[in-house]
Amino acid sequence: MKRRSVLRLGAAALAAPAIIPGRAFANDPIRIGAVAPKTGPLAGGAAVSHWPNIALWSSQVNERGGLNVGGTMRPVEIIEYDDQTNPGETIRAVERLANQDNVDFILAPYGTGLNIAAAPLMDRFGYPQITSTCITDQVVDLSGQFSNMFFLLGGATGLAEGIVSVLAGMRDAGQIGGNVAMVNVADAFGIELAAAGRPALEAAGFNLVYDSSYPLGTQDLSPVMRGAKDAAPDAFIGFSYPPDTFGLTEQAQIEELEVGAFYTAVGASFPAYAGRFGPAVNNILGAGGVNATSEAFQAYAAAHTEVAGQAPDFWASAMMYASLQILEAAIETVGADREAVSAHLKETTFDTVNGPVTFDEHNNNPEYWTVGQWQDGLFRGVASTGREGAVDAVVKDGWT
Amino acid sequence: MYIIITGLLLGGSYALIAMGLNLQYGVARIMNLANGEMLVAGGFVAFWLYTTAELSPFLSIFLLAPVVFALNWLIYRIMLLPLVRRAKTRGQLEVDSILATFGLSFVAVGLMLAVFGGDYFSYSYLARSVPIAGDTFALNRVSAFIGAAILCGLVYLWLNRSRVGLSLRAVAVAPESARLVGIDVAQRSALAFGLGGAITAMGGALVSSYLTLDASTGVIFTLKALIVVIMGGVGDVRGTIVAALMLGILETFVATVIDPGLTLAAAYGLFILILLFRPQGLFGRASA
Amino acid sequence: MNLSRDDIPALAFSALLLGLAAMLPLTGSSYWMGIGLSIAMFTVLSTSWALFSGPTHYISLATAAFFGLGTYTVGLGFESLPFWLLIIIAAAIGAALAGIVGLATLRLSGVYFVIFTLGLAELVRQLTTWVQNLTGQRGFYVLTDIGETEIYLMLVGLAALVFLTGWLIGRSRLGFALRIIGDDEEVARHSGINTARAKVLLFMVSGLVAAATGAILAPRYVYIEPSLAFSPILSFQVVIMALLGGPGRLWGPLVGVIPFTFLWEAISSSFPNQTTLVLGIAFLVIVYALPRGFVGLIEDGRHRLRAREGYA
Repeated sequence: MKRRSVLRLGAAALAAPAIIPGRAFANDPIRIGAVAPKTGPLAGGAAVSHWPNIALWSSQVNERGGLNVGGTMRPVEIIEYDDQTNPGETIRAVERLANQDNVDFILAPYGTGLNIAAAPLMDRFGYPQITSTCITDQVVDLSGQFSNMFFLLGGATGLAEGIVSVLAGMRDAGQIGGNVAMVNVADAFGIELAAAGRPALEAAGFNLVYDSSYPLGTQDLSPVMRGAKDAAPDAFIGFSYPPDTFGLTEQAQIEELEVGAFYTAVGASFPAYAGRFGPAVNNILGAGGVNATSEAFQAYAAAHTEVAGQAPDFWASAMMYASLQILEAAIETVGADREAVSAHLKETTFDTVNGPVTFDEHNNNPEYWTVGQWQDGLFRGVASTGREGAVDAVVKDGWT
Repeated sequence: MYIIITGLLLGGSYALIAMGLNLQYGVARIMNLANGEMLVAGGFVAFWLYTTAELSPFLSIFLLAPVVFALNWLIYRIMLLPLVRRAKTRGQLEVDSILATFGLSFVAVGLMLAVFGGDYFSYSYLARSVPIAGDTFALNRVSAFIGAAILCGLVYLWLNRSRVGLSLRAVAVAPESARLVGIDVAQRSALAFGLGGAITAMGGALVSSYLTLDASTGVIFTLKALIVVIMGGVGDVRGTIVAALMLGILETFVATVIDPGLTLAAAYGLFILILLFRPQGLFGRASA
Repeated sequence: MNLSRDDIPALAFSALLLGLAAMLPLTGSSYWMGIGLSIAMFTVLSTSWALFSGPTHYISLATAAFFGLGTYTVGLGFESLPFWLLIIIAAAIGAALAGIVGLATLRLSGVYFVIFTLGLAELVRQLTTWVQNLTGQRGFYVLTDIGETEIYLMLVGLAALVFLTGWLIGRSRLGFALRIIGDDEEVARHSGINTARAKVLLFMVSGLVAAATGAILAPRYVYIEPSLAFSPILSFQVVIMALLGGPGRLWGPLVGVIPFTFLWEAISSSFPNQTTLVLGIAFLVIVYALPRGFVGLIEDGRHRLRAREGYA
């Protein structure tokens, strides 16, 4: 019986939107859906890199009167949902945004798994999905299947090869030796990076003296750091997630791990990381990076701090903001037409906080930062696949 | 030697995480699924006091304990006691308390999110090395271990020496008989529940000096605490301590000698094996 | 088989409901399909959970382990084997694991069983992760043309099977044995019932169904990783929905799942910033206002109706 009333409700819900799109008078807002974790395991990262940018961008756009769509200034209205870091909820939220809220655009979710879970629906409903936190080596397959899916942040192989090339450069300059200790968190992203890192290290002629993984949620990393230290490496690579990025660094500090290069992955670019370790953070390497001294980034960081009450991180934050800038430029050029926006994305170069972005034939942004390093209070990009403004990596000298 | 000391330090953290739950479940019969949230809340208060007032977590626990005790006491009196009164059987109470505290944990996560925001909170406190037996260890972990030892020792002595403690144990063993000898079971249960919450929050404050937490991480600690309490045996402080230390040493041993990737698998494996051979946990009573 | 007079309308009514459920895709609305899918998924999981836990009062938190194994079976074999075969393999793996666990846990009772199953789910997840890391296997991508309509219909079909199984068990000697075990295990044992066999069989059914559900849903998640496939929250959700409905009746979980899914949806869409907080409050209200679950509510209503008719 209940099912039948559901059907009727469903029919009503279907009929209703058919009437609404007809009215497009001035200052009619452009409705934009956003779904990402506010709770669950990925909420901590989303609170740093994802949500503040949406608040910043919408306030900036509305402050200047809205998006210029065919001569009419239309404000943006953001409709937010919490997916609780659960792909089932992400999918449900996308369905809700597309069919109930009838939003004009949907921002890409947060994180690799949740983005890929949302991709089939975004594709079916014809929404462009400009991902800024989806790191995968399957870009060709994914964009082949979902032609409206775009990738900004790069792939696991690129990131892993980035740090290896930085280490190789330091070794060739005689700054460090050839022994590397590598650990990774045993979750999808850490596994992918380690799997890409091993052959890259070997190809570059490094000697992998310690190679191990640890489970997500490990509360004591001292045996891991201890094992790494006993192998007497010249460089340390940790393909880690935020809680263990902090944990590994603290253990390295306590054990006084003497390496010329110390690298941790996700979280090393967070302001809270520098806040916690103070001066010890100097010359630590990490995944990502930005052109931190560029005028564009400085202005962005200042606005971010003012609106969101916290500084952006030095990697995904700027890329998330870039994805919004790209969406904004596309809408202002071709209008609030999803198909036209997707087509426009494929053939245009966009000016963003990270410099110009052009998607290749696989909807991938081929030029991204791979490694950054804390230098004098800023996490500055030291290696990239073609970005401007890289600085030289510096040898880490002790933990004080 | 290194393995034993590191393992003991880790086990101390587990004891901190699980001790409160043991009191809450053992005496008050509430399987509190919101236990981890209380721990995270304690950690946040310590973080906040440290970053704003430079108050050491070892001092903030003294501020924290009475407040959290009162809060948990109220939660028991207002929310959980009606369930206890309503339940006709032990099984019914178990079901109701799972449902209610699961809801409570959602409420707690939501409140923490609203108050603290979703960001990670971490700070550096006593992140120095301290030499013990020729090896170096983290001072914050060593200090937290000492804190855990003092706390567990006090709880154990109190339960076994004081009149109130003895009556709590009576309630834990046989609530019906305890009532017959004139013990106010509801009042004692509220006391145990409040105390359990306070201990958990104090544990949270201590572990926050070396772990990175956020509003949603509570569930990880709840799972760990449940495992430790059940492995040790419900309602027995010694069981919890022994189980916590065993897990700590096992995890460190596996991480150092075999493969850090298997630490948690080994811990759960040990838990399962122990239950297979001792269905009531290490120190549990057969009738529990 | 003897069908009593009450059975025929009940069966016909159930068939009608199932038929109606199967017609949901005709609405063409992806939004309602999503809700229907969620209802179907939790109906299958909660009902099969309650087949075991309802009569025996054993609360299992292992659903995530079986579900995750099913998902992983598809992720692993997806490139080489047909989808329907993978579902069967997943179901077989689920049943086998449940059988082993069931045999191993016969001596456990009460809360020890609850936490044992929780520990088991985490152990399975840790081992899976470790093996994945060891082989350097990257995340699994299940890229298919299998859309939500197919997934939904498969779940409805599975639900039909689960209900049929439950109904048949209820009429069989096994069901009778289970009810006695639930009332008093000692009595059951003394009256010559093989309690071990009955419990293990039922636990295998719930493990089998959970693994099959995980396999069916794998194409919907597309990307399979341990932290998502083995999420412990799933185990809790299944228990909560079944308990809210009332696990004592075959249709109990269903009347828990349906209102609960709508409530969840309403809260998610109305309180995007406080979803968790409001959900928690809703849980609490339900626990206090409906002590016997939705089944209790419905039965009270029926009693009142009958009483009124009696006086009229």
